[in-house]
Amino acid sequence: MQSIYKILIFSFLLIVAAFSLMWYKIVYLGFPLLQDKTENIWNIQAKITFNSKYKQSGVVSLTLPSKQNGFLIINEESSSPNYGYSVQNVNDVRKGVWSKRELQRGSQVLYYSIDIIKDRYSKVDPQKEFEQIIYQEDVSTPIMVAGKSILNSIYEKSANATTFTSLLIDEFNQKDPSQSTKLIRNNFMKNDIQKRDTLLKMVDYMGYKVRTVGALYLEDRKRNVDLVPMLEVFDKGKWQLFDINKGRISNNSHIFIWQRGSQFLLEAEGVSNSNVKFSITKNIVPARNAALVKDVKNQSALLDFSLFILPNETQNTFKFLLLIPLGALVVVFMRVFVGIKTSGTFMPILLSMAFIETELLPGIVMFIVVVTMGLVVRSYLSYLNLLLVARISSVLIVVLAIMAFVAIMSEKLNLEYATSITFFPIIILSWTIERMSIIWEEDGAKEVFQQGTGSLIVSVLAYFAMTNQTLSFITFNFPEVLLAVLGLTILLGRYSGYRLSELYRFKTMVKE
Amino acid sequence: MLFANPFSLRKLGILGMNNRNINFIGKYNERKNYPLVDNKLQTKHLAQEHNLAVPELLGFIEYQVEVNSFEKYIKDEKSFVIKPAKGSGGKGILVILDSKNGKYIKPSGEELDKTDIRRHISNILSGLYSLGGKNDIAVFEKVVNFDDRFDGFSFEGVPDVRVVVYRGYPSLAMMRLSTSESDGKANLHQGAVGVGIDICTGKALSAVQFNRPVKYHPDTNKELKTLEVPYWDDILYLCSQCYEMTNMGYLGADIVIDKQRGPLILELNARPGLAIQIANDLGALTRFKQIDKVYGKHKTIQERIDFSKSNFCSKG
Repeated sequence: MQSIYKILIFSFLLIVAAFSLMWYKIVYLGFPLLQDKTENIWNIQAKITFNSKYKQSGVVSLTLPSKQNGFLIINEESSSPNYGYSVQNVNDVRKGVWSKRELQRGSQVLYYSIDIIKDRYSKVDPQKEFEQIIYQEDVSTPIMVAGKSILNSIYEKSANATTFTSLLIDEFNQKDPSQSTKLIRNNFMKNDIQKRDTLLKMVDYMGYKVRTVGALYLEDRKRNVDLVPMLEVFDKGKWQLFDINKGRISNNSHIFIWQRGSQFLLEAEGVSNSNVKFSITKNIVPARNAALVKDVKNQSALLDFSLFILPNETQNTFKFLLLIPLGALVVVFMRVFVGIKTSGTFMPILLSMAFIETELLPGIVMFIVVVTMGLVVRSYLSYLNLLLVARISSVLIVVLAIMAFVAIMSEKLNLEYATSITFFPIIILSWTIERMSIIWEEDGAKEVFQQGTGSLIVSVLAYFAMTNQTLSFITFNFPEVLLAVLGLTILLGRYSGYRLSELYRFKTMVKE
Repeated sequence: MLFANPFSLRKLGILGMNNRNINFIGKYNERKNYPLVDNKLQTKHLAQEHNLAVPELLGFIEYQVEVNSFEKYIKDEKSFVIKPAKGSGGKGILVILDSKNGKYIKPSGEELDKTDIRRHISNILSGLYSLGGKNDIAVFEKVVNFDDRFDGFSFEGVPDVRVVVYRGYPSLAMMRLSTSESDGKANLHQGAVGVGIDICTGKALSAVQFNRPVKYHPDTNKELKTLEVPYWDDILYLCSQCYEMTNMGYLGADIVIDKQRGPLILELNARPGLAIQIANDLGALTRFKQIDKVYGKHKTIQERIDFSKSNFCSKG
């Protein structure tokens, strides 16, 4: 009794382990359970243009985005032939620096592009301190006087930095603003950058921690856009993001922040008219690829040990091999629960593997043809009094010849599929033919037919289990499912109830 | 109804294949003891050591080179049996009843020549009939002249008694009678008739062929009810001794009755089948449970047999 409990617990643990691993991969690593899910990879390209003077040396540096919440930078590259390129860290800010000793005359183009993917598990701790230089000197007195009354009235209506900034932005976005608001708007908010800087000064004036942000809205097929100037205000232990035209942004999953703080986005020495524009493209990739890329980036230990680190060719082999346990499970089930007689225990699996290569119907037809012809040939061989091994080898050669003949015939008749018959495991077929012919002699044709049909039925079922798209997707992406298959197999191995065939066999013993 | 209700089968105490494999064979038959029964040559030697009667061994062939001179192993016997040492389910057993002028005659009257015999031996050695396809040994033994009392009960073959010995207690018995359909073989799934035998008297109970009840032997029309196994007490004793000899808790003993020598152990089986239940029209589990209850109480073979005889009597 005790050993039964052990086995129950063991297989239960295996099944639980399999499903928790799967659950982890789905929930935390973002693996899709089903095949068709897709995800977006956003490609952002920065195009830097400038004019250069002949034979001057030049240095161009661009502030680069860094790690941020909700996004994962999966690829980063600069294309800049003939330029030296390096990434430098200046005061915690990453900068891409292009340099050249002798520039060519005329307009030049440099590209920098990154691929990013949304990943809600990517988290960066918010830095409380951030360098933001705020130049107060050009805020002239008359404006600040007008501004003060606005600030005071908003301050009274607000409760904290977030509400204050929201109300302030609303104030300057009104359609019909007050006199003083209009005054400031007309004089100090001629463009978005100016507007942002003025707002920044005002928030800073009230003693709130504030910084500038250059961000991009992720929309497909945007060309030649500038960074959208935004504000971030520190409140409740977090930096709150504000669009200066739209107000507070509560969901920033579609906004990629390129730059923070007051450093220049683009700095250039020895060149003129430098400019940077951005374009955004959306690429749709299968969710699994996306998940993989993410996890490689996140360096998940689970993936470090997964099949995906294998070379592609080996992966494809494993895709196939991982299906065999499913076929085996079918065989075990048919044997233990149903009680179907097959010729050879794993013959049905080998057959179904052959069917996968040949496709089902042609495969079945070919199997019947080859085995029938093989049996005929074998019955002739038995007159020749050969030793067993020699006889099986002869059958093997004949089976091969039959295959070749069928392949040639089908080619002549333009039946494409029959050429794939070569995938039949011929040694197993030869043994089967030999054994079947012995069974024929000893137990009669009925038994041969029974076993042959049993093998076919089981192999067809195994074929369906092994070719099921969903199942094959799951076994490859979640190989831990094999633990559950193992658990089930062990459970089946302890099933001591009646087989379906026995319910039929012992039918007569049950009296009405 | 195509299928029986599994609960009514359980109620009848019918032993199923999975249950047999896990809870009887797996539990009571130790793997290391398997060769004792799987290898008929070993069984024979072991039986002789224990002074249990077996059909006389003529010789055996182990290597292909000896196949050509097989005649010297038959020792001038006109009738003989060739069987694979590790065969199962009666596969590969060749019975020759008479030989003259280089011709060998099977029970069916079919004539074989020397090359046929050689081929058969060679097949045995190559492992065609052995369990795992491994090389095997061809065993030659004397043909059993079965007792006259079985005349008309068997067709072209030796009838044998199968007794299932559970933990040393004879628990179920049947007689297997070959028919024309079974081609002289005594295997039920090949069409032999199985006759349930009353453990306490050795008399026939009910009979089946292909899982269907029959009253008369299909070839000889002899009424099967009249069958009575001679030497019944000796048979019970003989098969119970096999338990001491092999230490297997779930054992099938196949016994033949020779005209001169009486009951002989033909072979032992570590995986006896379930058809015996149909022949007896009785579920094996009911008896196994009775035995489990008293297991350990009876010290001698005779005590165990007495228990079986007094508890497993047919009511009819």
